[in-house]
Amino acid sequence: MAKVLLSAKGIKIRFGGVVAADGIDLDVLEGENLAIIGPNGAGKTTFLNISTGYLRPQAGTVTFLGQDITARLPRTITRLGIARAFQIPQLFLDQTVMENMLIAAASRRGRPSGFQALSTLSESPEMERLLDLVNVRSYAARKARELPEGQRKLVDIALALALKPKLLLMDEPTSGVASSEKLDIMDILTTALAKEKVTSVFVEHDMDMVERYAHRVAVWNVGKIQKLGTPAEVLADPKVREQVIGI
Amino acid sequence: MRGRVKPVTTIAIIFFLTSAIAPLFVSSWATLFALILAKGVVVLGIILLLQAGQVSFGHAMFFATGAYTAAFWSKYIGGGEIVLFIALGGITSAIVGLIVGLFVVRYREIFFGMLNLAFSMVLWSLLEKMFHYTNGADGIRVPRPALLGFSFTPENFQYVILYMCLLIAIGAFYGVQRYLDSPLGHMLRAIKSNETRLEYLGTSARRVLLVGYVVSAFLGGIGGTLVAIIQQIATPEFGYWTKSGEFVFIAILGGSAHAFGAFAGAAMFECVRFYAAAHLADSWQLILGVVLIVIILYAPNGLIGLRQRYGQARQGGH
Repeated sequence: MAKVLLSAKGIKIRFGGVVAADGIDLDVLEGENLAIIGPNGAGKTTFLNISTGYLRPQAGTVTFLGQDITARLPRTITRLGIARAFQIPQLFLDQTVMENMLIAAASRRGRPSGFQALSTLSESPEMERLLDLVNVRSYAARKARELPEGQRKLVDIALALALKPKLLLMDEPTSGVASSEKLDIMDILTTALAKEKVTSVFVEHDMDMVERYAHRVAVWNVGKIQKLGTPAEVLADPKVREQVIGI
Repeated sequence: MRGRVKPVTTIAIIFFLTSAIAPLFVSSWATLFALILAKGVVVLGIILLLQAGQVSFGHAMFFATGAYTAAFWSKYIGGGEIVLFIALGGITSAIVGLIVGLFVVRYREIFFGMLNLAFSMVLWSLLEKMFHYTNGADGIRVPRPALLGFSFTPENFQYVILYMCLLIAIGAFYGVQRYLDSPLGHMLRAIKSNETRLEYLGTSARRVLLVGYVVSAFLGGIGGTLVAIIQQIATPEFGYWTKSGEFVFIAILGGSAHAFGAFAGAAMFECVRFYAAAHLADSWQLILGVVLIVIILYAPNGLIGLRQRYGQARQGGH
């Protein structure tokens, strides 16, 4: 049995009348790609927000490698080994892609220097390799602002990988990308994750992507996990098909 | 990047050489250039904070802290020494900067600016009202200090302080440019474009800003000490909000994309004041106002931005 990396127990949170988490229990196992699917407003992003410390749950605990991380600061959780990629890429738009990566490297190292030039950091080759891995190395010298959306998404993920995380949480890695590019991006992404030995949790709407790339799928519905299993098991469930996928 | 920085560095070298040589021929320029250099050092601090997108409307508090450190030493201890004054002025301001910084780095934009203004006005009122210690609005005289034990005549002293200012300005310019290119400097810029991501990389944006703020306060203090020595007085005006506005004005005038913007802006500002005040007496502010309007409309990146724009136009012409 694989080791449990992240473990959520009895997570509850509501925003006014909206129940975003109503007793979520979920274990993320080392080495897997876990997909989270579910209708809009089911609380998928909320779960990521709680796991990264952006939101504090009203009840329940989140542990990471046995350590309680409930309501710790995002940066503390990041330093423990959980990185995050965003639905809308979060980059430093005024800086080049390589500078973005080196800021991540300096951040990982801690105690950033105020005198040594960023471009001379010893992590440069490593960051170039990561950019290569997600196929955006040719953009390294370009300002992040100049990149098309698909490439921004990949840089966003490269930034997360630059932290050498144990676990990567991704919010809709292929949203906002032309459907012709989705497969490419997911291919690049899953190859990179496997190569870097990073466990991942990703929120996804596209069932094709889930079927192709997830080891397990958790189906969210009104703040609860309705079903958890392999893609085949989940997609075979008539209730899931009706309520979530809409067939 | 490097290719774009180089011409600015050349201009900076020409500027520093001019400051060193020109006053030897026109002695009234000694004080003018000393003031330009000293204020440039303060404005370097403003430019640092501008990287993070934050405008401090209270930086005169550090300017005044530096100036009054020298003044209090003269008044209560006596026997001035330039190097000591500068070191003390810088350290005191950095400490004040750390204390104030712990509060202000929690805020952004207008709240950051106004909270700085509020702190600076507290200091200003203290300087103004605690007459017994500060002589109130009259200020405290700062008699000509010695340099490493040597004392000078007024004629020589204006050159001594000029070269002291030049030395410090070059050091500060180099240091700030290194800082801007460093990981910490880039993180400062990252606060402006995406603070959330910075936190999700495991870095505390507040701490990054605090370091920048303390450095900025340190530079403000050193500049203030130098100006107090040049003008031989420290008054509450040093800490008044119009002084803070002046520094922000100079930073916008010069441009914040490069450390040299501080000196380009200070040179423009002080020269306009020096000559306009001679010819137009009370309306030199009018000229400065027009200059600022022109800059904002036609060169939003300041004087150093002009060069870049010109350079790009030339490149496009090929």
